[in-house]
Amino acid sequence: MNELWDWDAAYAVLPELLLAFLKVTLLVTVVSTAIAAVLGLVIAILRMSVPKPVAVVINFIGDFIRMTPIVVQLLFAYWTFLSVDAIVIGIAVFGIHYSTYMAEVYRAGIESVPKGQWEATKALSMSKSRTWIAVIIPQALRATVPALGNYAISMFKDTPFLLTIGVVEMVRAGLTFGGNHFRYMEAITLAGVIFLLASYPTSLLISRLEKRLAYNY
Amino acid sequence: MEANFAALAEAAPRIWEGLGITLLLTLGGALLAIVIAVVLGLGARLNNVFLRGICRAFIEFFRGTSLVVQLFFFFFVLPQLGVDLPAMVCGILGLGLNYGAYCAEVVRGSINSVPTGQWEATTALSLSKTQRMRRIIFPQAWALMIPSLTNYLIHMLKGTAIVSFITLADLTYHTEQLRQDTNTFFAYGVSLVIYFVLAYILTLMMNGLEVQAKHKLGRGDSLRETLSLKAPETTVAAEGGRG
Amino acid sequence: MPTTTEPETVPAPATAATVPAIKFENVEKRFGDNVVLKDLNFEVAKGDRVTLIGPSGSGKTTILRLVMTLEDLSGGFIYIDGEPLTHEERGGKRVELGEKAQKQIRKRIGMVFQQFNLFPNMSVLENIIEAPVHVLGQSKEEATARAMELLESVGLPDKADAHPLELSGGQQQRVAIARALAMDPEILLLDEVTSALDPEIVGEVLGILRHIAATTDITMLIVTHEMQFARDVSNRVMMFDGGKVVEEATPEVMFTNPQHERTQSFLHAVLGNAEDQIGTR
Repeated sequence: MNELWDWDAAYAVLPELLLAFLKVTLLVTVVSTAIAAVLGLVIAILRMSVPKPVAVVINFIGDFIRMTPIVVQLLFAYWTFLSVDAIVIGIAVFGIHYSTYMAEVYRAGIESVPKGQWEATKALSMSKSRTWIAVIIPQALRATVPALGNYAISMFKDTPFLLTIGVVEMVRAGLTFGGNHFRYMEAITLAGVIFLLASYPTSLLISRLEKRLAYNY
Repeated sequence: MEANFAALAEAAPRIWEGLGITLLLTLGGALLAIVIAVVLGLGARLNNVFLRGICRAFIEFFRGTSLVVQLFFFFFVLPQLGVDLPAMVCGILGLGLNYGAYCAEVVRGSINSVPTGQWEATTALSLSKTQRMRRIIFPQAWALMIPSLTNYLIHMLKGTAIVSFITLADLTYHTEQLRQDTNTFFAYGVSLVIYFVLAYILTLMMNGLEVQAKHKLGRGDSLRETLSLKAPETTVAAEGGRG
Repeated sequence: MPTTTEPETVPAPATAATVPAIKFENVEKRFGDNVVLKDLNFEVAKGDRVTLIGPSGSGKTTILRLVMTLEDLSGGFIYIDGEPLTHEERGGKRVELGEKAQKQIRKRIGMVFQQFNLFPNMSVLENIIEAPVHVLGQSKEEATARAMELLESVGLPDKADAHPLELSGGQQQRVAIARALAMDPEILLLDEVTSALDPEIVGEVLGILRHIAATTDITMLIVTHEMQFARDVSNRVMMFDGGKVVEEATPEVMFTNPQHERTQSFLHAVLGNAEDQIGTR
């Protein structure tokens, strides 16, 4: 019973972990990444098109969200909107939290578009929306793809924070199994291994993408 | 609202204690992380394939397996192996190893981005490898790595908010207690503001380090000169925003 | 050419007068598939001032970098004072020397770079005494005294505590020259030391180098586009093209009466109308 590794326990917990992985961890990562990617872009553009005092306020809110723990934000939202499903809370909070990071990425991307591009749109009397949609965003986006990918991975590894609001993501599932069977070894280790197996190849892929994008520029 | 503040006043000593735990974890974790980061960051540049491989594996392992999993491993699994560490040690170990691995990449990257001319000048002066790293390259890389290290320090501060799950009564834990005596909005509002102020102070301190490091490299004013100018609010907000 | 009869020992201890300061023997340098130098043989006698000229990509800077061991030698041998620099022939095989042995020889060689490469984390004085103290083991006082002398000689005695980046490019390069000289090198490599400088301050740096050339017997290997300077300080000029020595002569001959057609066209392109002036001044 007390050996280092119990294969029976491992086999017993693995399906539960994988189920939680697919149903919660992956779901939250994908949906929240999509939210963060869109919301981040909206924030970045908004910040550059509104009057300065408003931009300062937006900046401050962004800093505030980015510099405070996602765990406290999750608890805050959870207890404020008690009628809303915890997983929906989780998706929203992750999406908003990471949108503040992504807004910074977009900002850097937008700033990297040469000044001449803006001047050219002006010389052609292009409208503000056409300028953004047809000229600026397509150029800015290219440089931001790897950074967005890296934040998606970072969010993926943050998903265990969801257990603070009772969402049964992979680590929570592992803890519950461990508590019931008085063995945490297999559950926690396997959860870690699954994280590693999912995130490492993805980050390799992103760094390859990063190199390729850098070359083609 | 008055009742809220009364409850807050009553809870203040406990929150203060929780703050102490949060700070201890952050600073302890940061100290461990920087040691690990320098060792692994230098190790990942070694010529020896075996040692370099070990360092790389270590970095990828601790970056890839998620902070919470590591914390829980130290707290729940190690006792099963006969290693019973205090919760605080588990917390510092988890934070330090996880962020140490991230920062190792920062250290390695910064060292690699010191201009080749600097490396060549050390060869032309016949400096040994140790002298080269210790006296020429690292001091320059240090200035390059501070902004990224600042980001990870803030990440680490935010990461500590999970430790009530390994029985540590940190700031978040006591906020939860406060919530039961006040209302949700007030309790978490207080908590978020405290975290924000902490993060802000840490950022300012790191910015100070960066100013000093850059000044040593002959770029920008000294820290004293910078402080006497009293940095305007907006610049700092922009600094903090280097996501 | 020494015959390879005793492979175990260093080449026979010839008299100082006959051993060249630098000797390239069948040197080859490749970057991937790109062969930069092939079968290169030449010698630089002690006290010689040799200027390498030639179009960019001809491999002249690579030669300096090989001597400073900044590039790996792909084939052949380089000897400094008759001793192997990075590789030696042992039992008919080409063997790389240990780091320690390489370092012993490297200490005798100094280099001044195009981009100065001063250490920004140190003051001017600290830049100069760094290697004398930590490599040669001089005392700090000794090294500082020498550094101040050198700063005096490059005309910057009041900049000892200044920061490298506070200085102008010309001043930085003068500090870099002082830093190289502080090691008391037997061989000094000058790699396009004025190329990164504004035209109006090129003179101040070249003036110092002329002075050093006139007052010391340091062997110099120079890559430069300043033909007047080459003419003033060097006693030999080597024209490179395609990784080979195309022509070799005294500066007088090389600049007034180049024999090889490629030298002629190169000098014509570099000097333009100034060609005549160089010849007659």
